[in-house]
This record gives sequence, structure tokens and C-alpha cells, in this order.
Amino acid sequence: MGAKSMSAAADSAKLHRTSIGFWLYLMTDCMLFASLFATFAVLRTATADGPSGADIFQLPLMLVSTVILLVSSFACGIALIGLKNRNMVQIAWGLTATFVLGVAFLSIEIYEFAHLINEGYGPDRSAFLSAFFTLVGTHGLHILVGLIWLAVLGWVFYKRGINAKSGRQLTIFGMFWHFLDLVWIFVFTIVYLLGVLS
Amino acid sequence: MDLRIYYRLFVGGTFMTIARYTIGFILSLGLTLLAYAVVVYKLLDTWAVAALIALAIVQMIVQLIYFLHISDETGPRYKLQSFIYMASLLVFLVVGSLWIMGHLNYNMMNMSPEQKDGYMMGEKDRGF
Repeated sequence: MGAKSMSAAADSAKLHRTSIGFWLYLMTDCMLFASLFATFAVLRTATADGPSGADIFQLPLMLVSTVILLVSSFACGIALIGLKNRNMVQIAWGLTATFVLGVAFLSIEIYEFAHLINEGYGPDRSAFLSAFFTLVGTHGLHILVGLIWLAVLGWVFYKRGINAKSGRQLTIFGMFWHFLDLVWIFVFTIVYLLGVLS
Repeated sequence: MDLRIYYRLFVGGTFMTIARYTIGFILSLGLTLLAYAVVVYKLLDTWAVAALIALAIVQMIVQLIYFLHISDETGPRYKLQSFIYMASLLVFLVVGSLWIMGHLNYNMMNMSPEQKDGYMMGEKDRGF
């Protein structure tokens, strides 16, 4: 076995370990979201005679933001395939699309929060709204962290190109971004869809 | 006919292609629109809540397979194991919280059992 294939095998083993380690972090992050979902589920009717979900949620807008995040997750997948094929152009386009769509998603959420607070339905209005702002806000904070990470990652690829290290970083970023889309399915279903239904 | 080729194409295998991501994307989009239609067009009545949660779980499985490639793992399936462990803790946490707090609300009311039942029925009508 030559030195080159030895180092390729070592890189592959390291990628495997990194990916399992990051996956375990994602599982602990799920427990954070689980506790926030449990809080929201318990407090969903504690509206203190204020508005309920059905009164304040703009469901068509939330559908748009759900689809935006899904397309963003798909674009991130395109960048990951680009990494596999060592195609720098595909990585650049994939990550740019991921970033732009992520910013669009976060902008809709900031607009929604600002709109609710302006109407007087801020987190201090009722226990339901406190739980709502905490759950959706925590997801939004993850998206913000992801966008900052993505900007740094773009800079790393621009400066250093594709190598074992930047490849590992892009792989775990991809896991993080897909995971945020997965959590959002449950936010959309439990907070918005079930909120409007009842 | 060897069915393993279909398994490789649609579920498992180590290769990652745009086609696979596209399948995952279309399935996720369809499940999202279906869940939205159930609420907006009131497609279901009594089973709507169960159907929405089932649709979310199906979409989760779709994304785990097509986006997070959990089915590609070989050898000890650490990702799948830790995911199942996390999911079971999550069910205990969420269902347990709802169960305990529901009973707590019931037992904290300073009423006779008959008044309680009447009150709870009233709450149920309000969509509790």
C-alpha cells in the first residue's frame, strides 16, 4: 500500500469518526428541542384570554417558508454531491443557493415575530406565546448559527479549495442543515398546522 | 429479477446522486402540501391530528434516508442506534409531560368530581 492510499484511508476513517461524533451532537440537540416541544404542547391552550394559534398564524406564509427551507436543504445536498465529484463550481452554486434561501427563511421568521410583537402578541402576552417564541426562536437561532457557519465555510473553500479538512467541514455542515430542516417539519406540523386546526 | 438494484437506487447503497436527492425532495414537498391541504381544506375530521403527526413522521423517515443517508451506514449502525435511543427518550418526555400535566390540571381544581367533569367537558368543547 503506497503512502498516498494510506493517507486516503486515514482521511476516510477520520471523516467517518467526525461524522458519527457530530451525529451524536445532533441527537443531544434533538433532546433540547424535545423539551421545548413538550413545554409548547403542555402550554398550547394557556392563552390567558389572549389569541390562540388559529387567531394569529399566517399559514400560507409559513407554507412558503417551509418550502424555502426544503429547497435550501436540497441545494445543500447539491453542494455535497459537488464535494463527492470534486466539482468546485457545483459546491459554490449549491452553497450560495443554500445561503440565500436560508436568509429568506430567517427574514420571514423575523418579519413574523416583529409583526406579532407589534400587534401586542409578544412572548409576555401568555404562556402559549412564551412557549411559541422560545421553540420557534431556538430553531431560528440554529438557522442563524448555520448561516454564519456557511459564510465561514464559503471563505474556507474560496481560500483553500477542496481538501480532506474542508471536505469534512462541509460534510458535517450538510448534516446540520438537513437536521434543521427535519426539526422544522415538526415545528410546522405541531405549532402551525395543529395550532390552526384546533 | 434482482430486486436489490431497486433497493440500492431508492433506499440504500453508497452512491449519492442528484436523482436520489430529487426523489427525497419531491416526496418531502408532496407530504408537506398534503399536510397543509388536510388543515386548510379540512379533508379529515376526527383523524386529522393523528394523520398530521403520521405525515410528519413519514417525512422525517424520508429525509433521514434521502438527505441524511442513515440507511447507507455499514458495520455497527451507531447513527441508527443513537437515533432510536433519542427518539424513545423524546416520546417519553413529550407524552409523559402531556400526561402528567393533564392529570395535574384535573387534580388541582377545587371542585367536586361532578363539577370537575362538567368543567373538563366544557374545556373539551373549547378545544382543550
